[in-house]
Amino acid sequence: MFKVLNLLDPLLVLSAALMGVTLYLIFQWVPTELNQGAVQRILYFHVPVAWGSMLGIFVVSGSSFMYLWKKNEKWDRLAVASAEVGVVFGGLMLLTGMIWARPVWAVWWTGEAKLTTALILFFIYVAYLMFRAYFPPGGQRQRLAAIIGVIGAIDTPIIYFAANLWSQAHPPIVTGPAADAESTLGSDLGMVLLASTLAFTFIFIYLVQTRYKIRKSEDDLVELKRTSTSSSMPAGAN
Amino acid sequence: MKGSLAIIWAIGRKDLLLEIRNKEVVVSVAGFALLVLVIFTFAIDLNQGNAKLVGPGVLWAGIAFAGVTGLNRAFALEVENSTLEALMLAPISRDLIYLGKALGNFLFIAVAQIIVIPLFAVLFNLIVFRWEMLAIALLTTLGFSAVGTLFAAMSVRVRAREVMLPLLFLPVVTPLLMAAVESTSHMVNGRSWSDMAQWLQLAVAFDVAFIVVSAFIFQHILED
Repeated sequence: MFKVLNLLDPLLVLSAALMGVTLYLIFQWVPTELNQGAVQRILYFHVPVAWGSMLGIFVVSGSSFMYLWKKNEKWDRLAVASAEVGVVFGGLMLLTGMIWARPVWAVWWTGEAKLTTALILFFIYVAYLMFRAYFPPGGQRQRLAAIIGVIGAIDTPIIYFAANLWSQAHPPIVTGPAADAESTLGSDLGMVLLASTLAFTFIFIYLVQTRYKIRKSEDDLVELKRTSTSSSMPAGAN
Repeated sequence: MKGSLAIIWAIGRKDLLLEIRNKEVVVSVAGFALLVLVIFTFAIDLNQGNAKLVGPGVLWAGIAFAGVTGLNRAFALEVENSTLEALMLAPISRDLIYLGKALGNFLFIAVAQIIVIPLFAVLFNLIVFRWEMLAIALLTTLGFSAVGTLFAAMSVRVRAREVMLPLLFLPVVTPLLMAAVESTSHMVNGRSWSDMAQWLQLAVAFDVAFIVVSAFIFQHILED
């Protein structure tokens, strides 16, 4: 029997504990960066969610490819689970990045290559999820969604190359007061970043795992309904 | 090889014949693109100075948006007339169906551009009758139809296909759009081929990658 929220799930316990430590490190332990001020603390949140969204995209394209190759349902479930979590992480990445950029770079957004690439990839994977939501259920939906996942992966280096060329032609406006200043934190920064990235990685895995299980139950339910209507077998027989 | 080309041409010719008889796609794509251009001439206070700055972007944004409406028709017609099954029943490999449909789309968008680009020159008062423009337009149209045909085939069975296609198509073709806008911008500023070489190379790489991948992947779309 599968429960959606199991408070004793080891991954959940581990990520909660790590998150507690990370919050302590970010808000109590690490000193304030002198050039940027308190806003620099967003970095400890921004970098891990950016990493999570990258991980999400990587898993989506990898498992989409595996689905097209092996035609095994589990790859499709993994793809949709990590796409959903990855898009949430990607949204948080864009949001935290903008909040940080406004005081430091003096603009909310700029045409820098990494920013452009992240935004376009975000749109591609939002389209991936919308496609899944709009397409009638069945094997064809999974196949076509997997194709979008693979196309997104193929497009990524081309987008980055183009965005890079573009930002060379139109130098991004990064004029804020502390845009070029060296960090005053030294190795403390790396230490907090590491803890935070670890915490977010575990949350990512936990969320994907949970979504995967829900997806599996949904599939089982559809299968049960199908078998119970096509034959007169009782629905509980498996 | 010769047989394959004959099949691709047969499918392309079928779409072309349909189009010559009802002129639906070319007229709607060209009309839509022109409207985008005209709206922008109001939205932006155009003068000699900023026409070169905004013109290329407006042109390609207009063609991309309008192109989507045309791409939607390519497979919508096949489904409405239940001829997609007939195409799938034909004893030919799926990549040839893809290339045939892409050929049709390429021709439609190209013909629409033959109408739109001269009128763009008039509205924005820019010189566009140059070989560079031909190269840019051909490369961009090739990429649009390669990606567009693939996504149009995928989204034809989606509930909201008019919305779905642009949502899939536009982010994927952004690199190509950047290449088109940047090289057109070099051209209207009177720069030489070597300035836009990198962008044209990018467009070629994009086109080759997506034609090959799409032709290869198309068998997974028209399955069952």
